[in-house]
This record gives sequence, C-alpha cells and structure tokens, in this order.
Amino acid sequence: MATTATTRPTFAETGPATPITDSVRVDQITPLATMGITVRLVISILVALIMLIPVIWMVMTAFKSRPDTTASPPVVFFTPSLDGFVGLFYNRSQLGAGELAQYRERTDLSFIERQALARGMKILGPSRFVGQLRNSLIIAVTSTLLAVALGLLAAYAFSRYEIPGKGDWLFFILSTRMLPPVVVTIPIFLMYRALGLYDTHIGLILLYTVFNLSFSVWLLKGFIDEIPIEYEEAALVDGYSRLQAFRKIVLPQSATGIAATAVFCLIFAWNEYAFALMLTSEKARTAPPAIPANLGVGGIEWGVIAAGSLLFLIPVVIVTFLLRKYLLRGVTFGAIRQ
Amino acid sequence: MNPSISIPTAPRSRRRQISDSTIQRLFIMPTLILLILWNIFPLFYSLFLSFTQYSHSGKASPVWIGAANFDALLRDPQIWASFAVTGRYALLSVSLQAVIGFGLALLLRARFKASGLLTTLILIPMMLSPVIVGMFWRLIFNPLTGIFNYLIGFWDPTTSPVWLKDYPLISVVIVDVWMWSPFVMLLCLSGLKAIPDYIYEAAAVDRASSWRQFWRITLPQVAPLLLLAILFRTIEALKAFDLVMGLTGGGPGNATETVSVALYRMVFQGQARTGMASALAYIVLIVIIAVSNVYIWYLNRMKEA
Repeated sequence: MATTATTRPTFAETGPATPITDSVRVDQITPLATMGITVRLVISILVALIMLIPVIWMVMTAFKSRPDTTASPPVVFFTPSLDGFVGLFYNRSQLGAGELAQYRERTDLSFIERQALARGMKILGPSRFVGQLRNSLIIAVTSTLLAVALGLLAAYAFSRYEIPGKGDWLFFILSTRMLPPVVVTIPIFLMYRALGLYDTHIGLILLYTVFNLSFSVWLLKGFIDEIPIEYEEAALVDGYSRLQAFRKIVLPQSATGIAATAVFCLIFAWNEYAFALMLTSEKARTAPPAIPANLGVGGIEWGVIAAGSLLFLIPVVIVTFLLRKYLLRGVTFGAIRQ
Repeated sequence: MNPSISIPTAPRSRRRQISDSTIQRLFIMPTLILLILWNIFPLFYSLFLSFTQYSHSGKASPVWIGAANFDALLRDPQIWASFAVTGRYALLSVSLQAVIGFGLALLLRARFKASGLLTTLILIPMMLSPVIVGMFWRLIFNPLTGIFNYLIGFWDPTTSPVWLKDYPLISVVIVDVWMWSPFVMLLCLSGLKAIPDYIYEAAAVDRASSWRQFWRITLPQVAPLLLLAILFRTIEALKAFDLVMGLTGGGPGNATETVSVALYRMVFQGQARTGMASALAYIVLIVIIAVSNVYIWYLNRMKEA
C-alpha cells in the first residue's frame, strides 16, 4: 500500500503528462475519425484528378498532331506538335504534289511555315481567330472597367445613405440578373438593329456593362459595408469633403473587393456566349461563339479547337487560383461571406 | 478684403458644397438609368411583341393579334416537348449536383494537408466557359477517339455506347454535373464550416451515433445553404443554353432542345417568328419566377421552423 487514493497527487496539482497544445474534440479521437484524414486525402486527390481529366485532356489534345487527335483508341503518349496552334492562328491550304517538292527544297521558310509543311500545307495568312480574341479582350476589359466604376459609386451610395425604397431598388438591381439572356435578347436585338449597334464593340460593351452592373453593385456593397463608417466620419470631422473621404478612405480600403469584383466581371464577359452569338456576326464577334464555328471544312480539327479552348481557359484557371478566397462571395452575389 | 485671394478659393468652396443628396443622385442614377434602359424597356417591348404577329427578317411591322401567340404555343406539342426536356434535365442534373456536391463538401470539410489546394482544383470546372466546355466534351464522348468510354470501362468501340446519339440528354446532364457540382460543394462547405464544434461535442458526450449526428446536426444546419445552391442551380438549369449549344446544339433532332434553345431556333433560325418567340420568352420568365418563389417560400418557412 504505497499510495492511497488520498495521497496520490491529483491531476489539478501536476497537470497533464504532456502539455496540451491543441484542444481535441471529444468525438474526434475515435478510431474512425483519426483514420479518416488519410482516407479523405486519398479520395480527395482522386476526385480532383477525375474533375480535371477533361481539362488535362484538352491540354494534351492542343499539343497533339492531327493524326494523334483522331487516333482510336485515343493515345496518351505522343510527340508534342504545334499543329493545333498553327492551325488556330493561320489559314492554311493543302499543297499539290509539285508545289510540295518545291516547298521542301526552300530554305527560307519560317518556323511556322515549316510546321505547316510537315502536314503538307502552306500558310495563307493570319486566321480570323486572332481578331476574335482581340475582340474578346477589348470588350471584356472595357465593360469590366465601366461596370466596376459605376457599380462602385452606386454601391457606396447604397451602403452609406438612407435612400427611400432602398431594399426595393437593390432587389430590382438583382432581379435584372435573373432574366435568361435569351428572353431579353429579342428586344435588345431589335433595339440594336434600329440604333445601328448590332455587331459593334460598343453595343456588346454596353450590354455586358449592364449585365455585370447588378452583380458589381451587390458584391461591392458587401465589401463597403465592411469598412467601418467611423473612418469616414472622422475624416469628415477633419474637414474632408464627402468626395475626398470617398477617394482617400473608401477607395483604398475596398481595393481588394474592387479587384475581386473586377475579376468576376471579367470572367463573365470573357465567357459570355448567348448575347455574343445573337448580337454579333462578323466585326465584333468574340471567341466563345467562334471556337465552335471552327469545326471547319474537311473534318473536325480537334487540335485547333483544343488549342483555341486552351488559350481561352488559361486566364480563367489562373484567376480561379487568385480569387479562391472570394469565390464563394462571387458566386452568391455577396450574399454569403466566409 | 483682397480679391486676389478670394478668387482661387471660391470654386473650391463651391465644390465642397455639393450636398449629400446630390452625391446620392449622381452616384446612383447612371446605374439605374442603364439598368432600366437595357432591362425594363426591352421587357415592355417584348411584352408588346408577344401579342403581335411579327418577323424581324421581313419588312412588315408588328400586327396586333391578341393572345393568339400564347394560344398557339400552349397547343404546340413541340413546345411542351422542350419544356419536358428542360424539366427532366433540370431535375436530373440539379439533384445529382446536390448529392455529389454535398458529398464532396463532407469529404473536404476536415482540414488536412493540401485540402485548400484540392478544393480550388475541384472548383476549376465551374469557372470555365460552358460553350467551350460543351464543345470539347464532344471529343471526349466520341466512341472512337474520346476517352470517356475507355475511362468507364468500355474498351471495345464497336459495342460501347455512342453517348451523344443514344443518350443525348444524359450526356448533357453528365457534363453539367461535372461542371456545377463544385458550386454546390462550395456553398455547402461554407455551411459546414459555420457549424460550431460544441454542438458535435455535446452530441458525442450524449453518445449520439455519427449517423444520428449527421441527420440531426449536419443536415439541418447546412440545409439553408444547400437549398440556396439548389435554387441558383435550378434557375440556371431552366435557362440552359450555352452548354447545350456547345455539346449537342439541341440535337440529335430535338432530343436535347431546351426551352432556351427552342427560343433561339425560333428567332434566329428558319422563319424568324419574333412575335411568337417573345410570347415563349414570357412563358419562360413566368415559369422561372414561379419556381424561384416556391423555393424562397420554402426557404423562409424553414428559417421560421
């Protein structure tokens, strides 16, 4: 009888054998919960892989030569080729037997021309895709700038002032985004045709601005609501005017929010298909309706389509990573914040 | 009094006098004017057109024919067929997305090595352009040159299913689920992360089984966000256009012709029945508003409970 219950030092006196650095949830020390983590990791990696297979396949197809893209069964290992990209940016034509021999002997061919020659083709000139990509860029960037600038002003006013019927106005702004594009397109198409805005950059820029505006007002209002109003009140007391306070306090404080909003607007305008399909034909056509049209003459050029899609998707993938903290806010119009 | 001093300061002081109500108006008006011009005006215009006979490709101006367009549309089996396609598509893809998305959220709720990175990777599909995604899935579904059949275990192209021909609607659903399950996951994840730990601790102390914890704690706590995700996805599914155009173009035949695709074909292909299409657009609009209201009513009722 060395120690009795009464002489044994209590837990309160000695503390735990090892210091507690983490609090442990009672229900998470069961074998199932602790084993779970590794299993979860493995399953998550598998899921991520499955989700990304189509994207990976697109990258691979973009670098395949024409015979490889149509191989059956599909090939996983192949020698990379720039065939798809050359086809995307240049119009080519098949060389006749005589011309082919003649071309083979020439030494003054550029890199691009040699790529085309490998398939027995010559370069005719730049393809329309270059212009369409440029249209996409011009329209997306301009409409984003407009939507964010106007949205910021409206969001500030809605956030800081007591405006009669504020809730109704905000709901009206949100409801415009719920309309299916196909529903509003008919009158807008007629309106644009009458005003000469059909197939113009301006027409599409304005339309995307309006479509993004509702989104940018809601998202930015959420960000501005988070800036303590006391900062501005202090500035106003110090003799700043409203506009100065807006510029010197609200703008810098909401910079991240503005950036996130801008990127979401950019992605929307960049990906938009329905309006672009119905309101443009030639001059202002953007890439999304144009890439499927590249299905082209003489069989589907999957390499070309994959190359175009890839170029188009790269910016979006990069942006997804940059925005990962704000994705939730973005996809729910700022209704849910993390 | 020195006038040479008062002159440069005068405009500045006037600029300061811009009243708050002027600022309000200046800040809000541009947005409201643009939204009204591009949304309200077109809505009234197409309401008018929906009661007329009109084709934008012809020279004739709209002729008022009352509710004849609506009458013809509601009798047209073709239109009912495309509503049925849209309904089936919405039901199938939204319910699959809800189940898969919620499952993924349960999987990724625990913090483990690289869980953030994996979550972001899984979210990539929903950020892509639907029409381009649809386009590219044509290659993936191709029985000869695509990888889909090989991945799911059909190694012989002569006997494997030709997805876009044999199961066109299922194909669209597969791509839609691939693209948008991550969206449901994202919303559910935020709901799961907001559940306080002490609820689970209390349940564990009371020896509630993990099955019971799931039904009594996890599901009810996430339900509002899950329903919100389902609402967003249902509205989007009823509008389905981009993905379908990229993947099947509404075909083969009319097998995947959703209402939006039918609307597009009505206006921009064939006889350009603009008046009729405006009427159809209004029917779609009413359906969407009705469906969202049912959801919102349900969401509110759940909040009260």
